[in-house]
Amino acid sequence: MSYRKKETTTVVSQEMISEGIFDLRVKTAAASDCVPGQFVGVFPPSDAHILMRPISICDADPDGQILRMVYRIAGEGTKGISKLKAGDEVKLLSVLGNGFPLETAKDKKVAVFGGGIGIPPMLYTSEKLQGISKETEIYLGYRNSDTFLADEFKPCGTVNIVSEDGSIGYKGNVLDAIRERNYRPEVIYACGPMPMLRAIKIFAEETGALAYISLEERMACGVGACLGCVCKTVHKDAHSHVNNTRICTEGPVFDAREVEI
Amino acid sequence: MDTKVTIAGVELKNPVMTASGTFGSGMEYSDFVDINRLGAIVTKGVANVPWSGNPTPRVTETPSGMLNAIGLQNPGVDVFIERDLEFLKQFDTPVIVNVCGHTVEEYLEVVERLADTNASLLEINVSCPNVKQGAIAFGQKTEALFDITKRIKAVARQPIIMKLSPNVTDIAEMARAAEAAGADAVSLINTITGMKIDINRRKFVLANKTGGLSGPAIRPVAVRMVYQCANAVKIPVIGMGGIATYEDALEFIMAGATAVSVGAVNFANPYATVEIIEGIEKYLQDTGTQSVKELIGCVR
Repeated sequence: MSYRKKETTTVVSQEMISEGIFDLRVKTAAASDCVPGQFVGVFPPSDAHILMRPISICDADPDGQILRMVYRIAGEGTKGISKLKAGDEVKLLSVLGNGFPLETAKDKKVAVFGGGIGIPPMLYTSEKLQGISKETEIYLGYRNSDTFLADEFKPCGTVNIVSEDGSIGYKGNVLDAIRERNYRPEVIYACGPMPMLRAIKIFAEETGALAYISLEERMACGVGACLGCVCKTVHKDAHSHVNNTRICTEGPVFDAREVEI
Repeated sequence: MDTKVTIAGVELKNPVMTASGTFGSGMEYSDFVDINRLGAIVTKGVANVPWSGNPTPRVTETPSGMLNAIGLQNPGVDVFIERDLEFLKQFDTPVIVNVCGHTVEEYLEVVERLADTNASLLEINVSCPNVKQGAIAFGQKTEALFDITKRIKAVARQPIIMKLSPNVTDIAEMARAAEAAGADAVSLINTITGMKIDINRRKFVLANKTGGLSGPAIRPVAVRMVYQCANAVKIPVIGMGGIATYEDALEFIMAGATAVSVGAVNFANPYATVEIIEGIEKYLQDTGTQSVKELIGCVR
């Protein structure tokens, strides 16, 4: 990972694509030096907010130098970010985290899972899996028929829409859908709410698939110094040797077998 | 123009250091700043054995600040000496090791293990509000602070800095107790104990319920306490609490701090330390001030 800086970037565009969910594009050279599953720290416009907000990379256009983040308003900080308009300045701390190991998918049957606001990073992941995996099935879990981003996944594999209320696609959760389809992936890439990730960890154990899951936690520094965002691990972690690994640095993507969630 | 200051016989090329726990051992921030530029680097608290810290969430933002309840997660002094102190040998920057423990014996064990290392100074953490046993318990009563300071001083090979808690009635009294027991310097302030409640979930935001407040929100409290302590003791005072710019740093120095530490603001601006050093240099130049020492405690 070479791109590591705090920089002032310019907003290219921002629009609300679903209730409370925003699509932010900024101009930065980080776009040509990032991988799926990595994230950036976006600073809210007011200095009263001293911490960055960790937001996953939804897409990157290295030619246009445009980095795309799709996020949900979770509080005052993200509310401030959502008000930024084209031409505004926004400070970023980028690029952070490890990203998904895509080479593991070489010539394998792959399942991509995204749940709720965990869907955005899976778009960039699915795009980059093209030409690597043998076959890709994508499972996108939504609350209802408001299926933001879903159409953009279509070129990347077989897209299966799942809704909690059954108003569109499969009813239930993404695991119900993959079981119904009887699809047996060899490698799994996933981001979403903790109950979904726990279920995927168990599914992978049962089926012998390798699962890479992206975790989320409240963060301060984003670079591994403050030890705010840790996750319990099976083995001793590299930093503190206490089975508490840093999500911002050793993660956010982990082999599901390595973490206690 | 002279930016050098001296703490307990250790010369710093400038008065700007990092605050313990916000900068790791420098590795994580060496992508952003040249560690050689720093007056000193103060490392994350280290105990005799690895500590796993508190459950998450451990951090949350508050207006112009943040609450943390990390709970002093650290790899223990053995790994710290082999890895972190070894890493810091490549820089021409004094290393101040922050030491923590649950009992006086644990502090003493760490201090003894550090005796023959490249640590130039030791900062004794008797003020962390996020550990159930030890830490702050030694920093809230003058008798306890006097006792632990005296016992550490008796075995320490390096000069010791006692890091004081603002969660006391009279911090100047604590500084006097540390000085009377032989401390070589005091540093302040550690974080102020705080709490945040999530009204939607009707729960505490932090798993530890309480956390330590840091960042610009606490700066005026810190400046006041530095002023009180600097006027109460003869040993050097190291000031910290929400320093974000060189102007902030100069406030602390004029209030009586010989050196300052940059903490939570490293998260907001990883270049903050070096920008502050450059700002102080420019201030000295612009105002025709020969030495930063002239500014220490100049406001009375």
